[in-house]
Amino acid sequence: MSDSKATMNLRGSLSLGDLLLKPFLWLLSLADVIFLPLQNLIGTRRMAYLFVLPNLLVFGIFILLPMLLNFYYGFTSGNSILLENRPVVGTANFQKLFACQNYFDVNSCSEDLFWRGVTNTGVFVVGQVTGIVLLSLVTALALNRPVRGRGFFRAVFFYPVLLSPVVVALIWKWILQYQYGLLNAFLVAIGFNKIPFLLDARWAQFWVIAISIWAQMGFFTLILLAGLQAIPKEMYEAASMDGANKWQSFRNVTLPLLMPTMTVVLILALIRGVQVFDQVFVLTNGGPGTATLYIVQYIYRTGFEFRNYGMAAAASLVLAVVLLVLTLGQLIFSRRQEAA
Amino acid sequence: MQNPQPRGIVAFLTRRRGGKRLDTSDIITYLYLIAGTVVMFGPVLWLVMSSFKPLEGLYEFPPTFLPYQQKTVQIAGYDQPLDLYDVKMPDGTVRRLAQISQVGIGARMIDPNAPNEKPIDVRIEQRTPVRTIHFELTNYTDSVQKFPFLVYLRNSVVVTVLATLITLLINSMAAYALSKYEFRGRDAIFVIILSTLMVPVSVILIPAFLVIAKVGWSNNLWGLIIPGAATPTGVFLLRQYMLTIPDDLLQSARIDGASEWRIYWQIILPLAGPALAVLAIFSVMWRWNDFLWPLIVVSRSDLFTLQVGLNAFQGELNQQWNYILAMTVLTLLPITIVFALLERYITTGIATTGLK
Repeated sequence: MSDSKATMNLRGSLSLGDLLLKPFLWLLSLADVIFLPLQNLIGTRRMAYLFVLPNLLVFGIFILLPMLLNFYYGFTSGNSILLENRPVVGTANFQKLFACQNYFDVNSCSEDLFWRGVTNTGVFVVGQVTGIVLLSLVTALALNRPVRGRGFFRAVFFYPVLLSPVVVALIWKWILQYQYGLLNAFLVAIGFNKIPFLLDARWAQFWVIAISIWAQMGFFTLILLAGLQAIPKEMYEAASMDGANKWQSFRNVTLPLLMPTMTVVLILALIRGVQVFDQVFVLTNGGPGTATLYIVQYIYRTGFEFRNYGMAAAASLVLAVVLLVLTLGQLIFSRRQEAA
Repeated sequence: MQNPQPRGIVAFLTRRRGGKRLDTSDIITYLYLIAGTVVMFGPVLWLVMSSFKPLEGLYEFPPTFLPYQQKTVQIAGYDQPLDLYDVKMPDGTVRRLAQISQVGIGARMIDPNAPNEKPIDVRIEQRTPVRTIHFELTNYTDSVQKFPFLVYLRNSVVVTVLATLITLLINSMAAYALSKYEFRGRDAIFVIILSTLMVPVSVILIPAFLVIAKVGWSNNLWGLIIPGAATPTGVFLLRQYMLTIPDDLLQSARIDGASEWRIYWQIILPLAGPALAVLAIFSVMWRWNDFLWPLIVVSRSDLFTLQVGLNAFQGELNQQWNYILAMTVLTLLPITIVFALLERYITTGIATTGLK
């Protein structure tokens, strides 16, 4: 019932938009002038191809083709972006990428910047995913209770999700600012010295993680909240009839039934965490030094600043494999969930 | 004694619907949610308050929450307006004086009500500035006038609006074909589209740049609009929704002689309205906030979107935080308004589709 009401309201609030769209819509209804003769020519059934065509064209040219070209770049070298000027070098890029004397020492790798990015991304992902899962679970549990102003709190926790990475980075850059920042004012007020948050490697790494948790946890909170609300009330009633206290019903009802949603959250957060880029690009640009240089930033730098397209493409292929494994993991997991 | 209801202010505050009182876990919940509100919304509020401060107010330590302005007074015989201070005099009284000059730890003051009297010398720790709350708007007007902010804004609006319209159009056309027709290759097309759900821009940066250049769209707004329009999420969302539209409707329209385009246009699209609305909201968010793609496609500053422009500003205007802050507020404003109006649809849309 609330759904149908929601739809009606939405239609009502979009009416101004409808008005602006009118000319555009009218123009498109004229499309029949083209489509009708075509239909008479090729028959009703084949019209389907015509309908998928625009989407497929855009998709093929700008997503599929680049995906395939990436392989060509990965196996060629040179500073030219034009395919015909790139000599084929086989697996040389990959060999260079993985050439390390000692895999436990980043400095012994010939492409140490890449490995710096890999280890940094690893640390980032572990910290960020743990933080996101824990905090969004706690928040979802709190929002699932019969508290006043639930809608307000839900909106507040979700709001940062909508902010662009550039805006998020600038908001925090101002708060973390060394000389005049709010946080350093607090530190001084309670008797500590100012800390150059973004110029100290450890602190920069910490804040990059904290800020991306801040910016993303609302999204995962919503997913977990939906998962919590899908747990039937009868389960809790049955548990309390059996004499379970609050903690026991949380452990034995909530947690196991929320597990599938938690796994989705975990994997989604992982997939996104591995790709971290824009926020950090604006906040620290990988610095200080290479303290917050992550894989995508390595690709961006190698490709667009050093013009080493071959290495950049090879690194993207490695990233693609990681993402593929993660996505397959999610698929297999959700299949198994459906089967169970 | 007969009445079991507790009295007093605490009881009133902890009263709950249904007559039950708050227990410890409720209090912890509220404390957590309120602390969370401060952490989640505080930084944005701090940004907004800071953006109304004049430059000298920004570079003041410790900072104040509200924006203040130093009160000044114009006194005959002095070219500049003089800053007003409350000064603690040696006899313990406090006088409001205007400062003529400051040398080391001493300041020379004058009484604005008696400008012809001899100036008074005081130590600077004896004075406190007289200030009034003042929202400085020049940060905003200057950002708009002195910098190409409006150009970036226009680019962002053009890209967001056109891209969203095109996304809705081509995604819904494809979804219609994939949900309502039997044709060879249908399942293959659907699987290929879905499989690219996991191909983020970051993985195809280099070759996508080449393709854009070859098409002739580097430094062209079309290069920002078209490539992202074939969203797999949109096709998937709309297809799932259209599957629920009964085929009988289409059949009877065909019998009435409607063309396939008219069926799509006049039957399918209106019925898919709710799904289209969700996709429209997401598309607006994606496009407005997009950063990496415009960063590589566009290098001419007159084609920058707000996000790329804002990033460029913060590199150039290193010490002019007043402009950076005002522009940041202007950039987050549209999306905030959309959220304030459509909060319920956005949150339920995400909770049910799991996409962002």
